[in-house]
Amino acid sequence: MFVIKHYEATTGILKPRMPETMRKEERVIELENVSYSYPTTPNALKNITLKVGKGEIIGVIGPNGAGKSTLLKTLNGLVPQFYGGEFKGRVVICGMSTEEHSVAELTTKVGLVFQNPEDQLSGVATSVYEEVAFGLSMLGFPHEVIREKVLDSIKKVGLSGFENRSPFSLSGGEQQRLAIATVLAIKPEVLVLDEPVAQLDPIGKSEVLNVIKQLKKEKLTIVIAEHEIEELATFVDRIIVLYNGGITATGSTKDVLTKVEMLKNIGIDSPSVTELTYVLNNEYGFSFKDSPINLSEAIKIYKALGNLK
Amino acid sequence: MKGEVTIKAEGLWHVYPPNVVALRDIDLEIKKGELIAIIGQNGGGKTTLAKHFNGLLKPTKGRVLVNGIDTREKPPNELALIVGYVFQNPMHQIFSKTVYEEVAFGPRNAGLPEEEVDKRVEEALKKVGLSEYKDTHPLDLDYGKIKLLTIASIMSIKPEVYCLDEPTTGQDHVGRRTLADIVKKMNEEEGATVIVITHDMRFVAEVSNRIILMVDGKITADGSVREIFQQLKLLQDAFIKPPQIAQLAYELNPFGVPKDLIKVREMADFFQNKFHK
Repeated sequence: MFVIKHYEATTGILKPRMPETMRKEERVIELENVSYSYPTTPNALKNITLKVGKGEIIGVIGPNGAGKSTLLKTLNGLVPQFYGGEFKGRVVICGMSTEEHSVAELTTKVGLVFQNPEDQLSGVATSVYEEVAFGLSMLGFPHEVIREKVLDSIKKVGLSGFENRSPFSLSGGEQQRLAIATVLAIKPEVLVLDEPVAQLDPIGKSEVLNVIKQLKKEKLTIVIAEHEIEELATFVDRIIVLYNGGITATGSTKDVLTKVEMLKNIGIDSPSVTELTYVLNNEYGFSFKDSPINLSEAIKIYKALGNLK
Repeated sequence: MKGEVTIKAEGLWHVYPPNVVALRDIDLEIKKGELIAIIGQNGGGKTTLAKHFNGLLKPTKGRVLVNGIDTREKPPNELALIVGYVFQNPMHQIFSKTVYEEVAFGPRNAGLPEEEVDKRVEEALKKVGLSEYKDTHPLDLDYGKIKLLTIASIMSIKPEVYCLDEPTTGQDHVGRRTLADIVKKMNEEEGATVIVITHDMRFVAEVSNRIILMVDGKITADGSVREIFQQLKLLQDAFIKPPQIAQLAYELNPFGVPKDLIKVREMADFFQNKFHK
């Protein structure tokens, strides 16, 4: 287990800070000793403690079956309220305990986006506009408010001009952005994304990731599970590594991703540029002090070696 | 023989009814023993092209030859013995009650004696690491293993050519590594020609030696992995990011780093030679 470091996400300046010292109202997500067994699968989560501050972007990584989706589903109460099973510990979202509040209530605070947009979209809306308005009308907002919120959300995901298109005529990337818009319309404090680009082609991936990066600027708290480590390394503040239902490592994105050997042992590949520095330092006797986790950092570090011609 | 043409497309067009043009005048030669990645956006024609290689689709215009046989003259079940196709969605492929039965279906269907069928099933399951799941219901496996099962069920047919449609989608890093090993072994040990459709460029850099880039039903680039990954502009136009190491090599090229490095180990070796020799 590594030293837990907490970074102020939005100032651009990395200030190490312990989460325990966070003022209570700053904590948007709090998990305390959460353990969970599905009715059919025991020990899906083991003793998870986690605190997330407002505006933080948290990456959740780990092999398939490590508990990533289960962890995300505890955040809006789907686990255990919908799935049943045995739940221990406490999850508090924006001051609301998931034991005391229904999934419907929690949904106004936490928006969950699934891997496959087809699991998310209602299937009954005939237009992008209607699809985004669906959740709001269920919550009983007046028409004018709905209209404003819908158009705003559609704009945020870059789908302005698509209002009258059928959700089924959209590409995978467009559908996933629509799914995000349906969630944003409810103005949640926390956006939870479960491998949002896993099923998309490269265009779709970059469209969706660009939207997520834009949302980072809006102080929205984001929790994203993803296998695309090289992409995560460009925008998340902190990473949680799950393995066999437990947190194996947590820390700043850099602290975690540069633990190349540890990650490899549990079946996770660090970004290629991080692996490169690791090989040079550990096998070829180089001594780079700083290890890059994305392309722009790598370019800087290796350019400093000077002319190699 | 290695180097012989195994698949040839000549002036190939495919139009889905009513008039969606999916392939436009494709000319292509695939030689025995090649390991090819077909890349490009969804809707670019990758799967449509690959489905012509075993006759699942027939040309609207032009022709496709497999070992010199025109695919229009042979039924798909005969062509399937030469070209094995693994679907992107495993649920489109699986129908048996046990893992063993699933893998036995192909060779049984080809009329092989039960002894040979059994030998091939055992072999294929061993190669993909599913031997212990012989009696399991396919749908009780996790997604990654189901995907491996669909590959094993084609391996047992021992085709000369494998087409794998997006094998890495939905896989974690462990699954990707397992697949990379399987694909390399198919190619190196069985001597099979392997065609992989994928969006995963790190995977492409690791396993394949030739890239075919498809955009809007046309082949816009066809060459060695190293050549294609150096053509940043061309890839950008197709919204494809080359592997991180290729991008780094490109940026460091003015400082003397060769542009054609695509793997971590290659670049590490380059620095090693520069500084420690």
